[in-house]
Amino acid sequence: MPSRTVSHGASGRLRGLFLVMVLVFLEGSVFTVAVASSDQHSPITAHSGSHKATDHGSHNNTGKAFPVLDLNYENVRVPFEISLWVLLASLMKLGFHLVPHLSNIVPESCLLIVVGLLVGGIIRGTGETVPPVLDSKLFFYILLPPIILDAGYFLPIRPFMENLGTILIFAVVGTLWNAFFVGGLLYGVCQIGTESSSILSRIGLLQCLLFGSIISAVDPVAVLAVFEEIHINELLHILVFGESLLNDAVTVVLYHLFEEFSGIGSVTLLKGFLGVISFFVVALGGVLVGVLYGILAAFTSRFTSHTRVIEPLFVFLYSYMAYLSAEIFHLSGIMALIACGAVMRPYVEANISHKSHTTIKYFLKMWSSVSETLIFIFLGVATVAGPHDWNWTFVTVTVILCLVARVIGVVGLTFIINKFRIVKLTTKDQFIIAYGGLRGAIAFSLGFLLNKEHFPEREIFLTAIITVIFFTVFVQGMTIKPLVELLAVKKKQEAKRSINEEIHTQFLDHLLTGIEDICGHYGHHHWKDKLNRFNKKYVKKCLIAGERSKEPQLIAFYHKMEMKQAIQLVESGGGIKMPSAVPSTVSMQNIQPRPSTKPAPERAIPQLSKNKEEEIRKILRTNLQRTRQRLRSYNRHTLVADPYEDGLSDLFLKKQKMFQIEKKLKEMNTYLTVPAPPPDSPTMCRARLASGKHTDFKPDQVQKGNKMCSDPQAYSIKPASNKVPMIQVDLASPQSPDSVNLLDEFGQANQQEEEEQGLMMKPPSRPREAKKPSEEDEAKDQQRLMRCLSDPGPSADEDEDGAFLP
Amino acid sequence: MYNYKHYCKNLHKYIHIVDVCFFTVSQEQIKNLYQRFQQLSGNHEKISRDDLERIPALNNNPIRKQIITAFFDKRNQHQNDVGSLDEIGFEQFLMVMSHFRPVNSTATEEEKVTVRKQKLRFLFNMHDTDNDGIITLDEYRTVVEELLSQSGAIETEVARSIADAAMLEVASTNVPHMAPDDFYEGITFEHFEQILKGIEMESRMSIRFLDMNTATMRCGKLSS
Repeated sequence: MPSRTVSHGASGRLRGLFLVMVLVFLEGSVFTVAVASSDQHSPITAHSGSHKATDHGSHNNTGKAFPVLDLNYENVRVPFEISLWVLLASLMKLGFHLVPHLSNIVPESCLLIVVGLLVGGIIRGTGETVPPVLDSKLFFYILLPPIILDAGYFLPIRPFMENLGTILIFAVVGTLWNAFFVGGLLYGVCQIGTESSSILSRIGLLQCLLFGSIISAVDPVAVLAVFEEIHINELLHILVFGESLLNDAVTVVLYHLFEEFSGIGSVTLLKGFLGVISFFVVALGGVLVGVLYGILAAFTSRFTSHTRVIEPLFVFLYSYMAYLSAEIFHLSGIMALIACGAVMRPYVEANISHKSHTTIKYFLKMWSSVSETLIFIFLGVATVAGPHDWNWTFVTVTVILCLVARVIGVVGLTFIINKFRIVKLTTKDQFIIAYGGLRGAIAFSLGFLLNKEHFPEREIFLTAIITVIFFTVFVQGMTIKPLVELLAVKKKQEAKRSINEEIHTQFLDHLLTGIEDICGHYGHHHWKDKLNRFNKKYVKKCLIAGERSKEPQLIAFYHKMEMKQAIQLVESGGGIKMPSAVPSTVSMQNIQPRPSTKPAPERAIPQLSKNKEEEIRKILRTNLQRTRQRLRSYNRHTLVADPYEDGLSDLFLKKQKMFQIEKKLKEMNTYLTVPAPPPDSPTMCRARLASGKHTDFKPDQVQKGNKMCSDPQAYSIKPASNKVPMIQVDLASPQSPDSVNLLDEFGQANQQEEEEQGLMMKPPSRPREAKKPSEEDEAKDQQRLMRCLSDPGPSADEDEDGAFLP
Repeated sequence: MYNYKHYCKNLHKYIHIVDVCFFTVSQEQIKNLYQRFQQLSGNHEKISRDDLERIPALNNNPIRKQIITAFFDKRNQHQNDVGSLDEIGFEQFLMVMSHFRPVNSTATEEEKVTVRKQKLRFLFNMHDTDNDGIITLDEYRTVVEELLSQSGAIETEVARSIADAAMLEVASTNVPHMAPDDFYEGITFEHFEQILKGIEMESRMSIRFLDMNTATMRCGKLSS
């Protein structure tokens, strides 16, 4: 590490410094935790310690008038330790990305497990007992839900639904197969190897099957952690990931079934039959609970327009409630969470403000990544904590059987599935699906839950489970990336959906539905269309407030895209670079059919005479008049009637403005590089912008464009500048009363901002000098834009939202 | 039944037709399609626009008009012919349907590319109503307007702005550098391919009904 930091210069040194800091901190935290854990495990000493502390305090009291410094760790111990763990996890996550090239070679999950091992080792090294960190309660009620909710809420619904059949077969049949294959063969091996190890012979068939059902489920946490790094194509990702999510129902049922059986000791046919029914109850019940809560959440979000601040909370609370409610009845909590997240999302997103949406996104990502980190660290710690019972035969056989079962299962099932699929799964796909079947912390926690009375072999099981987890996470997790490269498996396209693709996706949907109708064949396009129609007609009306319920998907997509571009533009540093979506010089004027009212005279005459100037002024004024009218109607629809769009229109305006600045900056550059600018170009440009209003898709673009337009030119062509400001002033004057109108609509919160931006619009506040520090202005403007966009202060949010309500 | 005889008489011809356009399909499926064709046409040999417009399920389809037009478009008949027909026979019906067949799993890369091109060409022809090889902004606007036509009171302005944004995107991805005075006339077929390369058209634009391996039994039951 030191040599590397040296080679990396100053930043490297800083990085090294940071790493050292992390390490020091790690040590410190470990020691505190160790001390704390010793306290935990020897309550008497802890008690006496605290006594001592209080004694000390009282002694101080008698000695001095007031205890200036007091120590009482016990009071804060639990929250303090929790924070320490979380901090440790976050710093680790941070640290890995600072070490160059490390994250390319080793997946994060492996590193985190290693860190966990280290921490556990240090704790043990200090002679303390390692705390049972990966407690099942903690895992299932605190650590797991955020990850699953994140997965469910951001589940790519279309690919998921399109491949639902395949996913279900893998999840249900595949997991069943794995469980029985591993369990059954393991029992056989245990019986055969009787004389060599007598412990194994005591393991019954039921125990083996239970173990098989625990170990056979692919783990969503591990899969997510590894698959996010290898950027595999969408189909494979959704297949493996979907399987890992949906096999939860099977695991839950099998687990409870076998646990019950091994507790009682007798298996009847009836019980087996009830087990099958229980599977459907668990799976469908979980989904039902999730859907109910999802609908509730969507319905609640309909009314949150007055209190935007707590909007995200509803999403989290309802989902968590869904999870817990499902757990009450031993239904599949994971299925409930997934269903809840997936159902609520489209409606909630339409209802809540954009800022709330961002908040939800970030909170979910934050929670899930911290949870994930903690889970892997805890896995490491728990490994050290033990207790272990290493049995070579059992462990080796388990690992081999897991691999074999997975491969046979995937290949066999794909053979059947492929008969029904339009897109067949190739051999490569099958390999990745089989290889991506990682096991993880869920299996460990389930094993941890086992009752020692019914399962005297619990330690052997736990050790075997940990070995399998380590094997899959380390060996498969580390090699899957090179293998993906080697096999040239199709990668995920990084480009985000373009509007053309969206249009054509929808076009295709309707086209295929139409063709199916003509064929008289009611395939799944037909039913999808029916469902969509039902959704549009009834569900949306109930769950989405206001105008938005009628908004078709395409328009929603369009708005979202606009939004993204706007944000991107602002985030890209005030618009020096164009956003990647439009990385070219092409602008609306390039694609517009030339308007018939093209202002030919201006083009023809290079020099501006007094008359011509008057004419331009007139054209501009009339144009502005019109755009202003349109702008107002536009506002009434998007700003006032739709309070959800709080920041949106604001952003639109800004975005348009930024675009114009962009363009002008570029143009300015060309003017600056060309020694003698063509005399007509600024005029032409202005005229073109003005004429653009006939067809321009954003009326305010023209407005803002004109406003911004004059500045750089005034700056670049100083000799001609005495004309330009005059035009600008005339331009601005009819605008100012309107901008006041606008302000009323924008509300109090924006007033300040709007006034600041409006400086240029208003004649009195704008000096008529020829030389304007326009660039400075722009820079300031951009800064301001950045600030107000990036500042999601809750109070401001409230103000804004409140102001939109009539 | 006369028509069935007629069908049997021509069966080899139909199979030949579909073979010509790589449209491998079982006899059973052709039979199913033929029955449907008969049902639509009211036991006539030809099918007309009105027949298709009478399909009740199609009423809710926002692009119904375009779909029906596509059936009568000569460009979709794999012959280098332009214009539109008044009515089509079963052969032509099959021809149009053949655009929606799934790719064979054993198909080579080349075949896949051809199929993809065919499918894209079908879509392109649906948009390019005047057959000048270019989807102009106006044509694109119509497409988007039609697409949104079912969703109630949508201002045409929104539809337009979406089409404009889409067009802008096409222009900027394909011709990244344009002088302010240049004019992007419209989407050519090459550009059309370019913008839709993200969609796996060869698998997306296919209907299970025409898949010979899988759904034969089911469809047989359904349409008989």
